Amino acid sequence: MDLRYTDAKPSDDERAAVDELLGPPESGWEGAGRSVTDLRWARGGAAARDRRDLLLPALHAVNDRVGWLSEGALDYICRRLTVPPAEAYGVATFYAMFSVKPRPAKVLYVCTDLACAAEGSGAVCAGLEERLAAPGSSAPGGVVWQPSPCLGLCERAPAALLLRAGAAPGAGSGEGVPARGGAADRRPAAVGTRAAVVAPATVDGLLATVAAPERAALEPPATAAVPQAGDPGLVLLRRIGVVDPYSLDDYRAAGGYTALRRAFALGPAGVVREVLDAGLVGRGGAAFPTGRKWEATARQPDHPHYLVCNADESEPGTFKDRVLMEGDPYALVEAMTVAGYATGAHRGYLYLRGEYPRAYERLTHAVAQARLRGLLGPDVLGHGHAFDIEIRRGAGAYICGEETAIFNSIEGRRGEPRSKPPFPVEKGLFGKPTAVNNVETLVNVLPILTHGAAAYARTGTESSTGTKLFCVSGRVDRPGVYELPFGARLRDLLGLAGGPPPNLRAVLLGGAAGGFVRPDELDIPLTFEGTRAAGATLGSGVVLVLDDTVELPAVLLRIAEFFRDESCGQCVPCRVGTVRQEEALHRIKDRTGAAAGDIALLREVGGAMRDASICGLGQTAWNAVESAIDRLGAFE
Amino acid sequence: MTAIPLQPPRRLIEFTLDGAGTRVPEGSTILDACRAAGKDIPTLCEGDTLTPKNACRVCVVEVEGARTLAPACSRRAEPDMVVRTDTERARHSRKIVLELLASSTDLSTTPRAAEWIKEYEAKPDRFGPDAARVDEQPKIDNDLYVRDYDKCILCYKCVDACGEQWQNTFAIAVAGRGFDTRISVEQDAPLTDSACVYCGNCIEVCPTGALSFKSEFDMRAAGTWDEEAQTETTTVCAYCGVGCNLTLHVQDNEIVKVTSPHDNPVTHGNLCIKGRFGYQHVQQR
Repeated sequence: MDLRYTDAKPSDDERAAVDELLGPPESGWEGAGRSVTDLRWARGGAAARDRRDLLLPALHAVNDRVGWLSEGALDYICRRLTVPPAEAYGVATFYAMFSVKPRPAKVLYVCTDLACAAEGSGAVCAGLEERLAAPGSSAPGGVVWQPSPCLGLCERAPAALLLRAGAAPGAGSGEGVPARGGAADRRPAAVGTRAAVVAPATVDGLLATVAAPERAALEPPATAAVPQAGDPGLVLLRRIGVVDPYSLDDYRAAGGYTALRRAFALGPAGVVREVLDAGLVGRGGAAFPTGRKWEATARQPDHPHYLVCNADESEPGTFKDRVLMEGDPYALVEAMTVAGYATGAHRGYLYLRGEYPRAYERLTHAVAQARLRGLLGPDVLGHGHAFDIEIRRGAGAYICGEETAIFNSIEGRRGEPRSKPPFPVEKGLFGKPTAVNNVETLVNVLPILTHGAAAYARTGTESSTGTKLFCVSGRVDRPGVYELPFGARLRDLLGLAGGPPPNLRAVLLGGAAGGFVRPDELDIPLTFEGTRAAGATLGSGVVLVLDDTVELPAVLLRIAEFFRDESCGQCVPCRVGTVRQEEALHRIKDRTGAAAGDIALLREVGGAMRDASICGLGQTAWNAVESAIDRLGAFE
Repeated sequence: MTAIPLQPPRRLIEFTLDGAGTRVPEGSTILDACRAAGKDIPTLCEGDTLTPKNACRVCVVEVEGARTLAPACSRRAEPDMVVRTDTERARHSRKIVLELLASSTDLSTTPRAAEWIKEYEAKPDRFGPDAARVDEQPKIDNDLYVRDYDKCILCYKCVDACGEQWQNTFAIAVAGRGFDTRISVEQDAPLTDSACVYCGNCIEVCPTGALSFKSEFDMRAAGTWDEEAQTETTTVCAYCGVGCNLTLHVQDNEIVKVTSPHDNPVTHGNLCIKGRFGYQHVQQR
């Protein structure tokens, strides 16, 4: 590569932020002052290009420090990593949380997605517009606010997230010591000064937080999102609220790391056999048998193998993975270690969505502790298996939850899905065999190994074994994450959450990519096969309850808007189709033109999107709207 | 005639294409097989010198057992596959994709687009007069070529040709997201401030005329562009000793643009700035 840089100069802050991540530049070739020796020695080739995957962390480093990405900062990052400036610009403009135009240090994201919209985020936005500024424009006090897709805080809707750029807080301030058994988890300094979650959000509360982020009220502990906490029947959620998420000793005292010991006793093939026998299928939405994925990855002759944990939980209405990661971070660390052992991977990437600062901070802490105690590293538990975890933060892109888009994002490219085949087990991250698993899927591996496949498979139904997490939000008394054995009825689940409202209009099952069920369909069994037979889907476990005060056309419009915003733009059916879908829904809502014609148009475009899009986003973008038309008679 | 080096023999794969048994060399795509069998599958983003990007989705076909349709340009033929190219589903998707494209971009200079729109009975107007369009003014910032993104279907061919597949200049990339995705240089700057070396290989692969010679752009604007009246002469570039082949497109005794044969083993259709654009001295009269 003979790259031409723009020669724009980074500011001292921007340079420092990048150098903090990458270390100081070694020569004039990568942005240091020129010296005589630089003339005799050229750094290049694969060694220079192979650091491309640090692009996203470098963009984050500057964005965290300065709040936006200037031309000088981008150019310096490009020099350091040997990335073409045009490509870095393409990556920076792909992610919603980055800006290539100057903006204030404080950015307030107000969730306007399904659950928050149902709980009044519209009024919050209107209030902010009146008292602060128009969305996207700077307000006095150095803040800009903008509507945001789902922040994953649906149980406390309406939600908002304030991110503040600035120098990294000094270490050793003592703030990082966790409180045990307190009402709220203590936030360590690193995150506490950078991010503030306000949920439920009010206009007054947001204005106060914007004015004094350091005085923002602490978030409730993760347990607050688990109404069943303390129930002895819980499997995946059983440690949430019971152990201190900062304490490895607590985790071990509560049965932690017995699964990994058992895994070492069984050997990699034995672990795969247990997972196969347990009948575990992926909980990210696709329901693919996990054991088969692991087996296929383990069997690939090409090395190295990689493990990727998909923690890019961005489906509107989904927050189960956040609760798991915030409440029981070591469980995920252990589960990834087991998965790495079974698939022959020595490196696991935990790809976490950028909107989860608390989960990021806790997992970072957990990974560091595990490394310190020899539970990660060159010789895990003294069994000679090397495994380590690297956490990568997303930057606001739903599409990066697609299993191949994750690879591109980690590799420092635009988060565009790849076409399959080849499948990830054959050619995944960095072109090597890769197993991609959702957080909830991985955490299921622990009870399988601890109690055995047979015991695990006794829960649930024959083809849906084990328990499932459901994210209940909307018009219920006790929104939160619920854990139920597969086979329970939707009615039972709603009963636990305080019962369906008397004026129930519909339940959105599976999220924006899922579908609606009617009030007379509450006896749907919550299993993969049961929902499929009923023409619905479990998806990622979203159960959004809507009563008849909610305007259905507005909900559908929001879903269409979400997909239009989140389409990566790579293929025509999705890039243009999602726009045409939103336009048709606008026409129907505004009653301009013939509704019947527009519904026919929606069907035709939806069919082509489902058939011809590259990835699941375009293929499912029409699901919810179709089910609202067919099952709810939304436009009759 | 161009000499093409022989490749080692490859195994043959047998599969069913539209009900008929077909044998193609291992590694062939479904599109290769269709072409060998004389079937005309429409495609826009496929390029004979580039790895298929399968972004346009016009060439989708039905593969038995698959949940979704498969892009014929990139899906490799597998033994015992059953492929149908002309089913109701495939035709429907092609029609909608053509409608979506034609409703959002200007396909007036895309070869065969009008023919396919007619064949598949696509009606791009039915999304209404307010349907979102790309609607951008052509970017004219240098004397060699013009970028008219109103005609761009985002096939990624120019990015691949400029980047790792041919030129290794990496001057252009894809920026933005969703409907706002655009082909762009760094900081969306004028071409003259970018890393562009004006090899014009992006024009060579552009399937829609979104990238065109300034000469062609000006003649089209003046209404004097007449492809029928042009002659094409392939010759050897006189600038250096590499031996690249140039195809001179001549109209009224003036060179109007220069391309290179894609099957030429020296250039594979690529040229440098001199071969592509340095022809003015020939017509200094």
